[in-house]
Amino acid sequence: MSVTAHLDAGLVEAARRIADEVAAPNAIDVDKEARFPAEAVAALREERLLSALVPVELGGAGASLETVARICFELGRRCGASGMVFAMHQIQVACMVDHRGDGAPWFDDYLREVVAEQRLIASITSEVGTGGDMGKSVAAASEVGTDGYQSFEKQAPTVSYGPHADAFLTTVRRAPDAEPGDQVAVLSRRDQMEMEPQGTWDPLGMRGTCSPGFIATARFTPDQVLPAPFSTISAETMTPVSHILWSQVWLGIATDAFDRARAFVKAAAKRKPGEPLPAAIRLSELMSELSLLRAEVGLALREYCDLHAGDRAKLSEMATILRFNNLKIAASEQAPKVCQEALGVTGIVGYKNDTPFSVGRHLRDAMSARLMVANERIHATDASLLLIAKEV
Amino acid sequence: MKEQIRQVIREHGHLSVDPGTLADDADLYQAGMTSHASVNVMIALEDTFDIEFLDSMLKRSVFESVDSIAQALTEVGVEA
Repeated sequence: MSVTAHLDAGLVEAARRIADEVAAPNAIDVDKEARFPAEAVAALREERLLSALVPVELGGAGASLETVARICFELGRRCGASGMVFAMHQIQVACMVDHRGDGAPWFDDYLREVVAEQRLIASITSEVGTGGDMGKSVAAASEVGTDGYQSFEKQAPTVSYGPHADAFLTTVRRAPDAEPGDQVAVLSRRDQMEMEPQGTWDPLGMRGTCSPGFIATARFTPDQVLPAPFSTISAETMTPVSHILWSQVWLGIATDAFDRARAFVKAAAKRKPGEPLPAAIRLSELMSELSLLRAEVGLALREYCDLHAGDRAKLSEMATILRFNNLKIAASEQAPKVCQEALGVTGIVGYKNDTPFSVGRHLRDAMSARLMVANERIHATDASLLLIAKEV
Repeated sequence: MKEQIRQVIREHGHLSVDPGTLADDADLYQAGMTSHASVNVMIALEDTFDIEFLDSMLKRSVFESVDSIAQALTEVGVEA
């Protein structure tokens, strides 16, 4: 993946148009029906944005992470679920681009297919029985059979857009006798898998991500296993890129909540020109809160891009892991705070679901942030790392 | 030095096997050391050898074997 500071204006403009013209008009229905944002994803496919991060030599746009981050922000402003589906897909692509290794023809070919067919990739990282720790797996890759195939069966409590993905990046133990933390990541196509749905999907927010549980089984060849250990994939790419792209979506949601509060205050000021407007003061306070979120999210993106382009080994250092863990915690707490305080500006008009100033969906969507890898778990990790890391 | 390293791993690494049975280059994470246990190993190593690891050393790969730990200790001035 290219993480130069280059922002591809053409791709961002295409995404902004999709956000405004496709994601926004469907956002209420996607939320109400807890349905997949099919229109937005179809439009992203049409603009070939699903392969934005794929290197040029494999036919992709070779876009920078900053470009993709901006697209996540733009989509998040109009439909949180569309933004999150796009963000999560790009995370799997980034993992493959960064860690396919030299001369791994299977992954090179698959990335070409992502370009040509605009494949949508989900992940199966969480698992029943691990206590929410992505660094451990119960499920294991089997030994290679006489037919040349391996297999796994994994019980996943949630698989975001599982019913709609073309392929899945799944963490499993390297072998049947491997320790829980000795993991690899396997990319398997839907036609190599059986997905048995578990439970229903009727959550508070991010309803369009359609993330019910599944028992996933797959048959795959050994070249479908990313060559790098998952611990490396996680430290250098999956964890920091997840935290960066998720927080861009949350920033988008919070920014739109702020914009709606601002539109509300402007409308009130027009109705009563010259009269004191308490809501305007609260709006100004809200801007400070939004600025804190924007600063944290923007700074972390730049830091990651610098490290990725320069001293990539530093991404594995505990002090760096702490930094990107903190991004997730801070952004996931600040985004719902902004949405809640936007509600404080708009009052009942924002609380109602059918006004131009409604922020209920924003608040509900933003409240999912602290659960996407529970903040309590990240705090527990950070508490341990803080005992030994020096400069943080 | 390697015997002292093994003793620290024995006390704090929570491996599924005794570190005495592992080769110097055996992967401690594959032997069951968790990330959390590895932090306790790092703290105990700093205490045992009266040194401080640099941030650039505080990463998974540096603590993955007795050999790699010994090399890190040498870098911060512990004599073999």
